[in-house]
Amino acid sequence: MKMKMFFAGSGGQGTLAIGQMIAKAAMEEGKEVTWLPSYGPEMRGGTANCTVVVSDKPISCPLINEADVLVAMNLPSLVKFEPMVVPDGLIMINSSLVSIDTSRSDVKSVKVAANDIAAELGNEKAANMIMLGAILNETHVVEPDTIRKEIEHMFSGRKEKFLAMNMQAFEHYLSK
Amino acid sequence: MSKVLMKGNEAFGEAAIRAGCKCYFGYPITPQNEVPEYMSHELPKAGGAFVQAESELAAVNMAYGAAAAGGRVFISTSSPGLALMQEGLGFICSTEVPIVALNVSRGGPGVGGIQPGQADYFQATRGGYNGDVKIPVFAPSGIQECVDMIYESFDIAEKYRNPVLILADGMIGQMMEPVELPPQKEITPVDKISEKKPWAITGTDNHEGRNVVFSLRLVPDVLESHVEHMFEKYAEAEKELVRYSSMNLEDAEIVFVAFGTMSRLCAEAIEILEERGIKAGLIRPISLWPFPDKAFDEIGPKTKVVISTELSMGQMIQDVKAAVNGRFPVRLIHRTGGVVPSSLEIADRAIKHLEGLK
Amino acid sequence: MKTIFEPTKGMLPVDTSYCPGCSHGIAHRLIMEVLEERGDLGRTIGVVPIGCSINAHNFMNIDMCESTHGRAPAIATGIRRVHPDKVVFTYQGDGDLASIGAGEIVHAAHRGEKFTTFFINNAIYGMTGGQMAPTTLIGQRATTAVDGRTVEQAGLPLRVCEMLATIPGAVFVERVILNTPANVRKAKKVIEKAFDIQEARLGFTFIEFLSACPTNWGMSPEDALKWVASDMAEYYPVQNFRTPEGF
Repeated sequence: MKMKMFFAGSGGQGTLAIGQMIAKAAMEEGKEVTWLPSYGPEMRGGTANCTVVVSDKPISCPLINEADVLVAMNLPSLVKFEPMVVPDGLIMINSSLVSIDTSRSDVKSVKVAANDIAAELGNEKAANMIMLGAILNETHVVEPDTIRKEIEHMFSGRKEKFLAMNMQAFEHYLSK
Repeated sequence: MSKVLMKGNEAFGEAAIRAGCKCYFGYPITPQNEVPEYMSHELPKAGGAFVQAESELAAVNMAYGAAAAGGRVFISTSSPGLALMQEGLGFICSTEVPIVALNVSRGGPGVGGIQPGQADYFQATRGGYNGDVKIPVFAPSGIQECVDMIYESFDIAEKYRNPVLILADGMIGQMMEPVELPPQKEITPVDKISEKKPWAITGTDNHEGRNVVFSLRLVPDVLESHVEHMFEKYAEAEKELVRYSSMNLEDAEIVFVAFGTMSRLCAEAIEILEERGIKAGLIRPISLWPFPDKAFDEIGPKTKVVISTELSMGQMIQDVKAAVNGRFPVRLIHRTGGVVPSSLEIADRAIKHLEGLK
Repeated sequence: MKTIFEPTKGMLPVDTSYCPGCSHGIAHRLIMEVLEERGDLGRTIGVVPIGCSINAHNFMNIDMCESTHGRAPAIATGIRRVHPDKVVFTYQGDGDLASIGAGEIVHAAHRGEKFTTFFINNAIYGMTGGQMAPTTLIGQRATTAVDGRTVEQAGLPLRVCEMLATIPGAVFVERVILNTPANVRKAKKVIEKAFDIQEARLGFTFIEFLSACPTNWGMSPEDALKWVASDMAEYYPVQNFRTPEGF
């Protein structure tokens, strides 16, 4: 098994964070993994992309020429990065912010109204958790339980008040 | 032992702390800012001291003072910052004080850019130091190696009483991989420093005689003897510190030579070439000085071309040509300015080089 | 026979390399006498500059290191981090401290570093042969200002004490003058105070010594001492600029 995933969005959407959560979960499950962000001078509102490679074998290169999975959290990300998806690959689209579908006819696209659903659950900031659940639902790249443990760890102590909502957001697509 | 997922820059910092680092001095510069940030909150917890210096000039000199006084010292910067530290590093070589320095390099020249670059190869291996100076330089290609290298470098620096430089790049600094962290070493207590480092300036109450750490030698014969003494150490380093890894050398048509980030890309280019029926191999210098000349003796008779693959206009290629010594044609694949080629681009250009030989 | 005078153990029994009439010897001896009297010679670490007094480590009987030009305050910062309980000082000339090292001294003061800097101001570059320093007076001749320093060419001389006294971390700032036996004795008291304040870890402590360089000034030692009092002290007032409460 080797899965090359590309996560793209704007700064502040938690795009890098869900890539990192998958990377960490993969590590916990004994898989090889690399996580590589794009980096630049923008702190907020700029582009925020990361590449995650998960494999059973050592990973030669953390940079990818093509992605098995593209997660497009906003419109520019879809337009810019859909060409890098392999034929029969998967594009996860945050349809709350992206009103169009992919122009590719040789890939599977899954629309996730991440911001809308998160807002309904009470906090739009959890849109990335909605997407994370949806990604696992489609790819099975890591076990949901591994992510659940991570979420419990992330939202402990002072942040515990956010735990229930984030967990609910993560579970939204998994329970479908 | 359980693994943790760490960013290169944070792994450098954590490894230094675990190696018993007493002091870190740094100045903000991208793409290494996670190092001073990490050290600012983690080093004091471990009993060490963090200072955000007013400049790289100050940082390298703080490092010199702390190391002359017997502390284990770590500094980090990125390319233009290393240029500012050059005087200090040369001076530290002359005074025979051990420090570990990290350059998370970026595109140059000048202020340049902040994306990964390897155009500091000359700056690292030749340096802008005045005088006869050598600094061991190691280049990691993955985060576990970042950790192991920093951890060991303190011992190497102290053995040779010389700086050791780690040359990473923006991608290594920013990427995350699982790592196993080594055990925590104790920071040498102040009253034990003179036992371990009898030359350190700790106050004359703490050791025999009087210690002076100095560089000035106005008598030419005396200075010459000192430089010859330094080069006796460097001769030993050239024997002891050669590090490299290699793959497929015995039956490769193409042999890539690449370090750091470029070696990761070459490893994938080798997979792509294999799919196309071309056998390629890799020499990955881990020590850039001393350069692993002997790795090139392992290249088999099937090899048609050796390709130095670099994120610069071609700097390491000088050392590659010297090591190949006319046995094979040497070619260059490069991008610079922070542009990182894809593994596909490398594979395509390697095939062109192969075809160009005919 | 009764001993009525002994050289300080803080100075090694060797001849210094300084010119006749140079103030370095006096400043060295005062600092070392104070350290000996305090019983601190064995727990002191000093940093020497680039300049004539790079040789200080051949004369001062303590652990010392050389520095790159101007960076002694950064180096002492590093030493202090490893040795929180020792006595630490830098000894710097005006080219070293006020020119190439202006950044490092400001930031050492700014951080409130717990060490003492002894600043030897003789208004000229000594070691390199009499070039203009930031502290060279208007009209004073130097090998790089042969007709005398002008404001148009080089600005007004830099008053370092006054500048550092604007920085909160510099808790003790005083200028002394080494021209007469009485003033030399006064300077010694100021050195004692600076070390007291350093030991209390209250912040950065700084003493400027108005000093003579007869060789590069082209004067006799006696005339040079007169000039320190008449011309230098006029532009660089001899006074305390800041002292913490209780000292």
